[in-house]
Amino acid sequence: MEFTFSDDQRVYQQSLAAMLAKEVAPETIRGRWSTASGFDPGSWQQLVDMGLTAMLIPEDLGGLGLNEVDFVLLAEECGKVALPEPLVDSALVASQLLVDLVRCNSDFASRGTELLQQVAAGTVQVAAGHMINPYLNFAAEADWLLLGHGEEVHLVARDQLQLQAQKSLDPSRRLYRVAWTPSAASRLVDGQQGAQLWRIALNRGALGCAAQLLGLAQAMLQQAVKYSSDREQFGRAIGSNQAVKHLLADCAVRIEFAKAVVYRAAYTTSVGPARADCAVSHAKVAAADAALLCARNCTQVHGAMGYTWECDLHIWAKRSWALDKAWGDNGFHKNRIHEWLLNPRALLGAEYTFGASNRAFDISTEPLTAETSS
Amino acid sequence: MELVYTPQQNAFRAEVRQWLADNVPDQPLQSFDTREGFEQHRQWEQTLARGNWGMVTWPEAYGGRGCNLIEWLIFEEEYYRAQAPLRVNQNGIFLLGPTLMEYGSDAQKARFISKMASGEEMWAQGWSEPGAGSDMAAIRSKAIREGDEYVINGQKIWSTRAVFADWVFCIFRTDPDSSRHKGLSFIFVPLDAEGVTVRPIEQLNGLPGFAEIFFDNVRVPVFNRLGAEGEGWNIAMSTAGFERGLMLRSPARFQQSAKLLLQLYRQKRNDILDLSIEDSVVRCYMDAEAYALSTYQTASRLMSGGSIGPESSCNKIFWSELDLQIFTTAMSLLGARAELLPEAEDASDDLGNWLDGFLFAQSGPIYAGTNEIQRNIIAERMLGMPRK
Ligand SMILES: Cc1cc2nc3c(=O)[nH]c(=O)nc-3n(C[C@H](O)[C@H](O)[C@H](O)COP(=O)(O)OP(=O)(O)OC[C@H]3O[C@@H](n4cnc5c(N)ncnc54)[C@H](O)[C@@H]3O)c2cc1C
Repeated sequence: MEFTFSDDQRVYQQSLAAMLAKEVAPETIRGRWSTASGFDPGSWQQLVDMGLTAMLIPEDLGGLGLNEVDFVLLAEECGKVALPEPLVDSALVASQLLVDLVRCNSDFASRGTELLQQVAAGTVQVAAGHMINPYLNFAAEADWLLLGHGEEVHLVARDQLQLQAQKSLDPSRRLYRVAWTPSAASRLVDGQQGAQLWRIALNRGALGCAAQLLGLAQAMLQQAVKYSSDREQFGRAIGSNQAVKHLLADCAVRIEFAKAVVYRAAYTTSVGPARADCAVSHAKVAAADAALLCARNCTQVHGAMGYTWECDLHIWAKRSWALDKAWGDNGFHKNRIHEWLLNPRALLGAEYTFGASNRAFDISTEPLTAETSS
Repeated sequence: MELVYTPQQNAFRAEVRQWLADNVPDQPLQSFDTREGFEQHRQWEQTLARGNWGMVTWPEAYGGRGCNLIEWLIFEEEYYRAQAPLRVNQNGIFLLGPTLMEYGSDAQKARFISKMASGEEMWAQGWSEPGAGSDMAAIRSKAIREGDEYVINGQKIWSTRAVFADWVFCIFRTDPDSSRHKGLSFIFVPLDAEGVTVRPIEQLNGLPGFAEIFFDNVRVPVFNRLGAEGEGWNIAMSTAGFERGLMLRSPARFQQSAKLLLQLYRQKRNDILDLSIEDSVVRCYMDAEAYALSTYQTASRLMSGGSIGPESSCNKIFWSELDLQIFTTAMSLLGARAELLPEAEDASDDLGNWLDGFLFAQSGPIYAGTNEIQRNIIAERMLGMPRK
């Protein structure tokens, strides 16, 4: 048992943080709001150059072969700067789904491998549209889309789709309703195989969301701490009032108790993504709670300033409100945990914090027959 | 105690309901934080005024109906039930109007009240300054007397709808050597006066809902001062607390929202996975009702000659937190579609209205005295806890 990140993981995190601090400042995010695509190819290229589009792809398929534990801190950094580009969904969900498809459909192996190499190199973008999300963020930027027809997985070129833009309260998000016609040619796997793949994709998507929410929360808290130290009323910093201190201390507590939950979910997803439902759901709920509390309390601490478009805080607050409901909302995720807790076979109690020994974290909502037969 | 409306009160309700049914526009107006929407809302105020419905509690001489507070609450209940347009005139009729009635000279009342009531002159409130938010006594903008004029220099901020309004009522330092609560006066300034510059400030929804106002040697007649020189602070405080609960945020607003939330819940009930939503919907309804009951009790006490106590500071906290809970719960009910802006193609029904309300609810715990300040007031003045 060792619940820490390695030096390499921390170094990677720091170098990404340094790059993002330069590339993705609030002014540049605002700059993207007025562009048609909302997407900055320059920033994307920097992310590609740092290996982010390749890192989760296995080495035999042309990637760096790293895993979710390596990625989770990076996703958190993306949240901290409120990165508009869909790196987390792309690297963690879409390219991983492509990997799964290459593994389970030999007819697709060579085409899929070629695509993955292009994805890793940053020359092609793939997005995954999961049925849990009514809209697909940055669908217009993707060259290829992995889409569900029932539970089947299809690969569709962007020019085969009709995209209907839907404006989000977060001007960094570019949502599209996607309409398309499935065909035998576009289908990669049938519904039976697809069901499992979509479920895994959901876990990865929700994990990515949770990590970003954790980053968003910390960034908001940091801004509010700074503002309340600088802003004076009644001849002293507003942050010297206990009422203000306590608002922010509450945020810090929530963040602290979301971190380990999110990191556990990353670990669980890396060792058994199909068995990570509860760990991921817990992470999504905890991180969203922290981000929502920060959005509220940090706005409050900014006074009227926090209610303006000029103040940068809303960049983070709006992303938090949106991601809270992406990849399954609070109700969806709490319900997955609820169902498991009431399951007679649930492994409950302190000794199962990390699941059954020698197995991937074991609290799964897989069919009970699988449990009984093992 | 007799918790039953009188036949007259029921008749009044029926009359209000009928008038609103006949007059409320079929199509919702544009947001009053846009120029067009502001003018649409001004027209609506004029329609109200023509029917003498602009401010029913005012004396008939000022275009009102001389209604008592219970009738006022009934009027508001019907108003929100009819989903009539929001009151763009609220700074005038709810905040300044009553203050003018109490402190204005006859000439001032004659000059300002009717035009306010008719919507001909829309008012903004100019109290806050960049350095004077929660600490309003830190106001620095000056109005220095020269003959029968004041010469005004300084800056106000966060003035709601000052971008489109005609007048602003301000608090300025008239005694340059004074500090804190002393030496402040309550003064009216026309927003088209020479030397006034209004800079719009965009709110969370991107609309210029408030503004910064710069005063550069602006001259106004001494006639524009309300009450005595140096009395500005007392005038501002005397009516603010009471009006803000009962007038600016009467309970019907929240009861209507809670009812709409319940409707939304009924529609979505079968898809809901989150047990806490059910709890929250019920609590919102109960809390809105509790706010109404408390307000009726206060109104009754006032009508029988009582006065408002420090417990009124509880109002602000209660309604602003309730409002947040109502709209946050609605967002939860709407799930992944909650983030769609009103103009999004798929934002059918009233999806976008919930989002608008959710954003606006974020400001409730901030404006009209932040909730932290209100909690201090409750602890110190109502509970008598030790001050720093
Ligand atoms: C939507 C909206 C509309 C408004 N409309 C108007 C208007 O029309 N006219 C007008 O004059 N003003 C208006 N205001 C301004 C409003 O009155 C101020 O925002 C409010 O008084 C707080 O001041 P501030 O924004 O400077 O915050 P600050 O006073 O800087 O407060 C920042 C934070 O510090 C806290 N704080 C400050 N002092 C203390 C203390 N002693 N103890 C504990 N906590 C403290 C506050 O609670 C807050 O959380 C509006 C504001 C909003 C949001």
